Amino acid sequence: MSTVVTSVLADELAVLGGFDAGVCMNCGVCTAACPLGLDLLPRRLLRHALLGMAERVQGESEAIFSCLLCRACEANCPAGVHIAEDVRLLRRWLLGKFEEAQ
Amino acid sequence: MALPTRDVVGVLSDNMRMRGSVLPVPARRASRWARRLGLPMGGPTVLYTGLMYQIIPYIGSLSRLQARVAASPLARFGGLARLANRASRGYGLALVARPSRQEQAELDRVPGNVVRLLRAAGVDVGYLYEDDLYTGALAYDLGSDEVVASHARRVAAAFARHGVREVITIDPHTTNMLRSVYPKLVEGYDVRVRSYLEVLAEHAGEARAPSAGRAVVHDSCVFARYEGVLDQPRRLLAAAGVEVLEPLQSGRHTWCCGGPAESLYPEKAAAVAGERVAQLSAVARDCVTMCPICLVSLRQACGARLAVRDISEYLLDARRSQAGVGVST
Ligand code: SF4
Ligand code: SF4
Repeated sequence: MSTVVTSVLADELAVLGGFDAGVCMNCGVCTAACPLGLDLLPRRLLRHALLGMAERVQGESEAIFSCLLCRACEANCPAGVHIAEDVRLLRRWLLGKFEEAQ
Repeated sequence: MALPTRDVVGVLSDNMRMRGSVLPVPARRASRWARRLGLPMGGPTVLYTGLMYQIIPYIGSLSRLQARVAASPLARFGGLARLANRASRGYGLALVARPSRQEQAELDRVPGNVVRLLRAAGVDVGYLYEDDLYTGALAYDLGSDEVVASHARRVAAAFARHGVREVITIDPHTTNMLRSVYPKLVEGYDVRVRSYLEVLAEHAGEARAPSAGRAVVHDSCVFARYEGVLDQPRRLLAAAGVEVLEPLQSGRHTWCCGGPAESLYPEKAAAVAGERVAQLSAVARDCVTMCPICLVSLRQACGARLAVRDISEYLLDARRSQAGVGVST
């Protein structure tokens, strides 16, 4: 598992659309509001993406694809992060990786 | 155990690419109701169902099928489900995933309900028949943007061909796709989009129907947090004589029905739905939904604890009782 911090993943996500997890304050409100109760989503996951930990993000594809896109997290986020759209962008990125792997 | 995510996502994207729909429903059957109501083809204002109410029972069936496949030795062969789907050009699921007749009939009734309600409010609509296509909401949620963009151009071209300037939608997902997503995907897209609940609320007067009991309202996440449709269903229900009760989490803080996870992770979907059923059933036995995904998900989870019905049925009941057609309250 790579822990090297690189901006490649963040750059790839920026190309796909407005990935805005950079304004996250890491307060944890989103995780508390999430009906799936996944500690991973969205806070830590988005941070992995920002830190360029591509393999970690790929290893979390189940969490990324189980998000309901329900925006319960966003309704409570003090920083106004577009969490659901960020998760959708991670899915787009992962679909690209799936295709590459086939 | 669920099928590998990438296989299920692949099956859905392939169907979208090949058939213009995530799930297989014969086009003529999906528009039968409109023929019966004599809706004219096209025109400046059309009702667009996006086939959501018509295809949603297949999603439930798909997940039941998936549970069967996942429990079988087939699941060990990565990519097999997708290959089989490709080989049968997307029809494979239709052959094995059939909703019950009763399930289908009730959901099929909703577009007709909506036309009756609109007509009673003095709003006449046309319909696109074979060009009333699924909008690609599920594929968009899964991140298949390129597939959805080319499909969206097909839908926009159909609007242009039929002289459509205004679209009235039924469910939240179609409303969101046509109103908030398509403008980002299709250059020059310029169609006014409103849900029938917004249209009816604009036309509603001060009249109140006689009391029709009480019901707890389940807001759709997409209506409440994507499209700002919160107040309209409450006003319409109140005018229909329904005392609207709010669950623990409601309005902008509504709790998801779990449905969006249904086709990939049925167990997670069931857990979220179960929690929501507990919140709703703590308040009332009758429950109002305004999205076919919510309806099917909550029904699957509620057993005898809740009686879940679509909002169009509540609104139509009130009209019938006002007209003396003898619908009990
Ligand atoms: S609620 Fe918003 S600011 Fe707080 S951790 Fe979640 S995304 Fe970050
Ligand atoms: S959008 Fe996803 S991360 Fe946010 S609350 Fe809903 S399920 Fe959790």
